[in-house]
Amino acid sequence: MSGTDLIYLDYQATTPCDPRVMAEMLPWFTQSFANPHSLDHAAGRAVHEAVEHARAEVAALLGAEAREIVFTSGATEANNLAIKGAVRHLLARGDARRRVITLATEHKCVLESVRDLASEGCEPVILPVRPDGTLDPDVLARALDVPTLLVSIMAANNETGVLQDIAALAPLVRRAGALLHSDLAQAAGKVDVDVRAWDLDLASVSAHKLYGPKGVGALFVRRRPRVRLAPLFSGGGQERGLRSGTLPAPLIIGFGAACRIARAEGAAERARIAGLRDRMLAALRAGCGGVQVHGRMEGRLAGNLNLRFAGVRAMDLLAAVPQLCLSTGSACSSADVVPSYVLTAMGLDGAAAAEGLRLAVGRYTSPADVERAAAILCQAVARCRAQGSVSPHDGQTAQAG
Amino acid sequence: MSTARDRFTYLDANASEPIRPQALAAMTDAAEAVGNPASVHRAGRAARALLETAREDLATIFGVQAENCIFTSGGTEANVLAITGQGQGRRIMVGATEHDAVRQAAPGQTIPVTADGVVDGAALERLLAVPGAAPALVCVMLANNETGVISPVREIADLCHAHGALLHVDAVQAAGRIGFDMAGLGADSIALSGHKFGGPKGAGALLLAGERFRALTPLLAGGGQEQGRRGGTPALPAIAGMVAAARAALAAQSVQAARLGVLRDRIERAATPLGAVVCGAAAPRLANTTCLLLPGRRAQTQLIALDMAGYGVSAGSACSSGKVARSHVLDAMGLGEGAGCAIRVSLPWSVTEADVDGFIAAYAAMVARLPARPGVVA
Repeated sequence: MSGTDLIYLDYQATTPCDPRVMAEMLPWFTQSFANPHSLDHAAGRAVHEAVEHARAEVAALLGAEAREIVFTSGATEANNLAIKGAVRHLLARGDARRRVITLATEHKCVLESVRDLASEGCEPVILPVRPDGTLDPDVLARALDVPTLLVSIMAANNETGVLQDIAALAPLVRRAGALLHSDLAQAAGKVDVDVRAWDLDLASVSAHKLYGPKGVGALFVRRRPRVRLAPLFSGGGQERGLRSGTLPAPLIIGFGAACRIARAEGAAERARIAGLRDRMLAALRAGCGGVQVHGRMEGRLAGNLNLRFAGVRAMDLLAAVPQLCLSTGSACSSADVVPSYVLTAMGLDGAAAAEGLRLAVGRYTSPADVERAAAILCQAVARCRAQGSVSPHDGQTAQAG
Repeated sequence: MSTARDRFTYLDANASEPIRPQALAAMTDAAEAVGNPASVHRAGRAARALLETAREDLATIFGVQAENCIFTSGGTEANVLAITGQGQGRRIMVGATEHDAVRQAAPGQTIPVTADGVVDGAALERLLAVPGAAPALVCVMLANNETGVISPVREIADLCHAHGALLHVDAVQAAGRIGFDMAGLGADSIALSGHKFGGPKGAGALLLAGERFRALTPLLAGGGQEQGRRGGTPALPAIAGMVAAARAALAAQSVQAARLGVLRDRIERAATPLGAVVCGAAAPRLANTTCLLLPGRRAQTQLIALDMAGYGVSAGSACSSGKVARSHVLDAMGLGEGAGCAIRVSLPWSVTEADVDGFIAAYAAMVARLPARPGVVA
């Protein structure tokens, strides 16, 4: 982060928009501002072409074809559209199956979309995860014994960075004849994503999680075999009727640029970021003691640490480090006082989960940032421990989950 | 027009307004706020403060409580959220000239319009007054996107409320171009789209009337943002740009309306002697919009000629520009075959006199080169 003494360690909540992305977007705000659906004039066609170019960039990052990409306002909308849209289409066709499966550690918008379908006659099934955060394939296989419409499994968790082995889980879903959706919001640009190798039918991405602008995302909708969706809303019929509304062309062009940069620089960036993350963990372990990492270290996003400092409540620690930007869990729910449902799903009790801290380094984190942040954290941990900020073992846990 | 290809004149503001410098500045400033507005750390709180300031500003401009201003991805989402979020258990009634975002949001009854394109109040009253029927949600646009015709929303609101109906107003085209607020319209909800008044694409808002927080069935389930009424990380820079655009548009509104009205009238005075008919001319209209029907010349042919001359105008709404279907708006006004022969010229805030004079010359040249085909229009 530029300027001030603030150190940003919350790259999973949102990422700064890359200046190169900003630079690519600007002319499409100021000079070529036409509506991309105005094909009747040259200005509209120029914007349309740029949008289609960006669509190809997004597709390339996912290993998809451009025409399999539907632009949305973000991953939340993409997740809603994928889950509700695919299931509603099947129900409307008279499909007798009712089961919809997801994981206890999914993002709230996935869990809510799945649960919302209960009121439409579906049977939501929320699967547990193992203590390391991964899904046991046998658990999935057993859940699939009942005919299932759709399974939604995120590729990378937003709080712990834990990666699910989609390539290994997909064949179970395929054999059972269900559709497979994956929330790739945290994974795209951060790990190698390939919708073909992972055999995905639907996949959601968000621009602002990969150094693009806020306000745009995409849903991959497989063409062969074709996955059909009921749109969440209709209107002007844009995006082949799947998502009406004027496409925010400059944001989409920025999204495309962000995907192109991720593809070109992702591998090198990951190695650098993993190095910073490991350095942070080493410094914390050296300086604090009682450091426990949640989820396994291998099979994890390069930038993520989710950890706790024994005996120190995360909220107290956060209050003690105002110059650091980190969080207790998902940003959407970070104002909640209840412990993270992701951590309790991994078997932590309420008190331990209330000590959980999410820390994510990224593109603009420097080694100096890491050293300074670790020192600040260790001092604060010592202060909290001295003041006896010990987690109460009563209360609060009942609300979690 | 030998130099036409060197320059391009944009006269399609109702598809999208050019961004206002104030909006661009607000947007780039907001992009500096790195945090997610839902995060509790300092960067998140800074983003949150910007978001809530934007919300208060927009709410103040349109006379609603800040907590009843819900940010969306744009006008379509705002309209759909208004209708699906408030429409349960109600009969949905939609004006015949509404935008497709409203017409397709829910199955409903159509409220006819007069030949001028204004909602037919007597017909609406008949629909509302069915004895024993469920209460209604009436959806009427403040200004039409194709003709600029302004509906008498205040009278419609009184009619609706006398029958226990809610009134949703699609103000996407009107916002920034005419002054209004929630109380003045008497509406129960209003949909806005930032890029239609000089903000960036990718932000809109649904405003709800009332002194207290109003719950709404969400369209996007998610992380609890917008007080549970709209999930998803808010597009903060686009939102900040939208609100700055609204402020700038309204600060200049009366001056701009007068200026654009003069230029629009100049176009109409030049076009009518050439055979053009101005659609909705007898009704109050947005100052920047004219819908010119040229009997015997297909709209598509006119657009191609004008595009080649370097002028960007449209037939109907941009959303359906790629389609050949003729305008449902003009159909509803009873223009019959003529509905396929009209183009929309909508002047952006940045238009110059020279742009307009150039267009008039190009239009005249087009009319001279395109002979009327008697078979095309009755």
